[in-house]
Amino acid sequence: MQIQQLSVFVENKPGRLAEITEVLAAANIDIRAISVADTSDFGILRVIVDKPKEAIETLKEHGMTVSLTNVIAVGVSDHPGEFSRAVRLLADTGFDMEYMYAFISRDKGRAYVIIRTNNGQKAAETLQENGFDILSPETIYNM
Amino acid sequence: MFFQKEIETMKRPEIEALQLERLRRMVDYCYNNVPFYQERLSKAGITSGDKIKVLSDIQYIPFTTKDDIRDNYPFGLMAVPMKDIVRIHASSGTTGKPTVGVYTKADIDRWSDFVARIVTAAGVTAEDIIQISFGYGLFTGALGLHFGLEKVGATVIPASSGNSEKQLMMLRDFGVTGLVATPSYALYLGELVRESGYPKEAYGKLRHGILGSEGCTEEMRQRIEENLGINVTDNYGMTELTGPGVSGECEYRCGLHFAEDAFLPEIIDQDTLEHKAPGEAGELVVTTLMREGMPVLRYRTKDITRLNYEPCRCGRTHVRMDKVMGRTDDMLIIKGVNVFPSQIESVLVATEKVGPHYQLVVRKKNYMDNLEVKVELIDASLLESFGELEKVQRTIHDRLKSVLGLETKVTLVEPKSLERFQGKAKRVLDLRNQPEER
Ligand SMILES: [Zn+2]
Repeated sequence: MQIQQLSVFVENKPGRLAEITEVLAAANIDIRAISVADTSDFGILRVIVDKPKEAIETLKEHGMTVSLTNVIAVGVSDHPGEFSRAVRLLADTGFDMEYMYAFISRDKGRAYVIIRTNNGQKAAETLQENGFDILSPETIYNM
Repeated sequence: MFFQKEIETMKRPEIEALQLERLRRMVDYCYNNVPFYQERLSKAGITSGDKIKVLSDIQYIPFTTKDDIRDNYPFGLMAVPMKDIVRIHASSGTTGKPTVGVYTKADIDRWSDFVARIVTAAGVTAEDIIQISFGYGLFTGALGLHFGLEKVGATVIPASSGNSEKQLMMLRDFGVTGLVATPSYALYLGELVRESGYPKEAYGKLRHGILGSEGCTEEMRQRIEENLGINVTDNYGMTELTGPGVSGECEYRCGLHFAEDAFLPEIIDQDTLEHKAPGEAGELVVTTLMREGMPVLRYRTKDITRLNYEPCRCGRTHVRMDKVMGRTDDMLIIKGVNVFPSQIESVLVATEKVGPHYQLVVRKKNYMDNLEVKVELIDASLLESFGELEKVQRTIHDRLKSVLGLETKVTLVEPKSLERFQGKAKRVLDLRNQPEER
């Protein structure tokens, strides 16, 4: 139940981020979720797209350093404490979260959180067993 | 294997006797044929070669510098009428006018011998097919190697530089056994070979890499050897002295054998101009002993190296110089510390996950020197976590600190974003006389 995310190395220079997303747009690839983490010199762009394989090809053709990673996408309903319950559950069952980011869904009252942990497959199962909605790759890619 | 065994294995006293005789003749030749030298030598009281009693008397001969050659541009140091000159070469000056070299027929013939000696020492024979990927034109590298290789009987492909796809195609299709190139271009071709999609066997005939015209660290050499499956030997020379062939490595790669019958080397302290003790590093000074077209007395090369007079295992007795450690003028002085780009390069080449290409940017920050080292990230597996990327940065920083004794700023940049050089690499950007960035 894991989905594929692209990580792209980005130098901190004006317009670089725009160039990368333009490369994706030109290949007719839709971005589902995006997150940028950066230091003063460089950043890592993390994106979930509808066609990850094609996206990685295109970016590589443009000379970029890209990798594919498995992450999990959790649907969280919009009431207080729901998200912290998920995080607590992962922590208590021994998963280390490397990073996470959220995006809002078109469905009212729901948000999605992308989580990267060690042992992602097991983490997804644990969340699912505890009543959380884990999104399938198809759901995300066809969103 | 030797090209001119009798000369290459002469005993030390015989070499020195020959050098003394030729030096005295060379002093007379310069005095009588080049007004510039006549004036210089007269001032120093050396009005004839007879004044030179022993080899060490060379210390009384004035030095010739790059500026002297430039001031006499283009033909002021020529010792024969132009009708006796059969070729003109020039090396691109990074500033101002090029350095011109003129050659008589005998000069070209001897030069080819010197090159033939070093390529033979490197293992090249008449069986070999050698691709010369140096830029042709005025540069001495390409034609110098070309004539020397032909003299050995090797098959020469004058590929010149550029159009790397075609370079690879020739390497495969012509069954090339040896490559002549600059180390940075060989490194680049090596990267392309890895990515070319052809199995390594397609380049399986490659054995020799005769690389020169710019510095190459041990680590860079290993990387080139791995990627291209070749054995790399270094050679040395410059237009001011003739071109490549002044010295070159034998199969044992323990120093570059000098063509001592034709070039007399000395090592001096670049500041006091005094001779260094044997085995000590300093600036290399060379006197041409046989050159007719443009003889040079005590030319200050600005290259820093050491000389080793022990005979080599290969049987050659001519003095061996170490790989050039740096240049007196590309040495950067940063916060009072001497920094050679080659030191930085050796750290980067030895670091996993980053590319071997780099750029050094020196600027002033708060009135202090600041060295930035830009290097390409090539391994995407590091993108999983910032921690990993920062660890690479920190590792490079720490290694540089221990090698240079200096704080640096290490910047990771995108792959292939730094310029690839096909000639002498220009990797230093010194902005210290520019206004500070705020
Ligand atoms: Zn030797």
